[in-house]
Amino acid sequence: MEALIRGFFNFDILAQAWPILLAGFWMTLLLTLAVVPLGFAGGLAVALASTTKNFFVRAVVVGYVDLFRAFPALVLLMLVAYGLPFLDIRLGAFGSVALAFFLNTSSYYGEILRAGIESVPRGQLEAARSTGLSALQTMAWVVLPQAVRNVVPDLISNTLEVIKLTSIASVVALPELLHAAREAQALTYNATPIIAAGIIYLVCLWPLVRLLSRFEHRQIALH
Amino acid sequence: MGRFADTFLNWAVMAQYAPRILEGTWVTIRLALAVAIAGIACGLFLSVLRAFRFRAINVLIVFAVDVLRALPPLVIIIAFYFALPTVGVRMSAWVSTWLALSLVLMAFSEEIFWAGILAVPRGQWEAARSTGLSFLQTLRDVVLPQAVRLTIPPLTNRTIAITKNTALGAVVAVGEILYQAQSAYSFSYNPSPLLLGAAAYLILFIPVVCFGRWIETRFAWKR
Repeated sequence: MEALIRGFFNFDILAQAWPILLAGFWMTLLLTLAVVPLGFAGGLAVALASTTKNFFVRAVVVGYVDLFRAFPALVLLMLVAYGLPFLDIRLGAFGSVALAFFLNTSSYYGEILRAGIESVPRGQLEAARSTGLSALQTMAWVVLPQAVRNVVPDLISNTLEVIKLTSIASVVALPELLHAAREAQALTYNATPIIAAGIIYLVCLWPLVRLLSRFEHRQIALH
Repeated sequence: MGRFADTFLNWAVMAQYAPRILEGTWVTIRLALAVAIAGIACGLFLSVLRAFRFRAINVLIVFAVDVLRALPPLVIIIAFYFALPTVGVRMSAWVSTWLALSLVLMAFSEEIFWAGILAVPRGQWEAARSTGLSFLQTLRDVVLPQAVRLTIPPLTNRTIAITKNTALGAVVAVGEILYQAQSAYSFSYNPSPLLLGAAAYLILFIPVVCFGRWIETRFAWKR
């Protein structure tokens, strides 16, 4: 028990590691604030493109979505981070992570939003058009608000996954929370920073998990 | 173009490392199957246990599931592999990755199965019990068959997402596809093995993603 406390919940070590962990936490937050809105915007573009009647555009969108959903995110990240420099494209760690996450998350958000748009009855679109709204106005003011509302649980679930996924940025040496924890572990020869990082993730993400669990029960009960 | 092909599609390098990637592919397949089987089996077990509604046990299950859903999988893998040895618990990289991902899948599938069990109307329970079936018989022969059907689409998608996380094993040097590709890349200082590894993932997972899409339409929840 004492060994457990010394190894995992050591407050002296925590005090030493705290500045590093805090810097890592801010980086994770910054990363989240960059990749979630970017991915959502990309997903919206993907979803809108998949509603066109143009067969070619739809085929390209399905190909894009399936391709980037088939890659594990870490594989995509390594391809971007280690492959692109050979083309003389240097994005740096943050840029590589942002690009890889954009490709990955925009496919997932796109798939969710597409399902949302399809769940809005056609009559809504026809009624909106017949009152004189343009196609763009119909999409923005009538279809999308209902579409998004219908898939809120999936959007939250995906956002939670994206935030958790930011931890893979540690692999390309972006100093986010997990990377900071490992660095602090190496400096202190003690696992407390890793446990502390886990607790920070837990405290920040638990509310989302609770919220989601409530939504899921309601959703499956309404099948 | 010649330089591009030399860099990214260097046949000599690819041929040299192809056997390694193939070896990694088998490791990925075995790891993914082991995770899927252990995770779903434990998740089903926990959801059945939860159906007995022992208060203390249910509080524990909900807590464990929430924790496992809130923590990034990479953090769990790293905690198992780098933090546990400091208190004397040692496991190999393969076991760390397998155990971490199985626990995560267990948490998600428990939630999904439990939501499915709740979705079976109370009348089904009451009718089965009144015909003289025991609690266990009711659960096994009446409730679970109906519950499991509801859970197939979300469970399939979640399983695919989590088995893709086997790539995270590369971080603790499990010899799966990404690890092999990455170490081949470091040895040859040529990104061709990364592309080869990416291709291996696509060959493995594009059919799986398409299967998930098919399952989703086949078992679509009717609103």
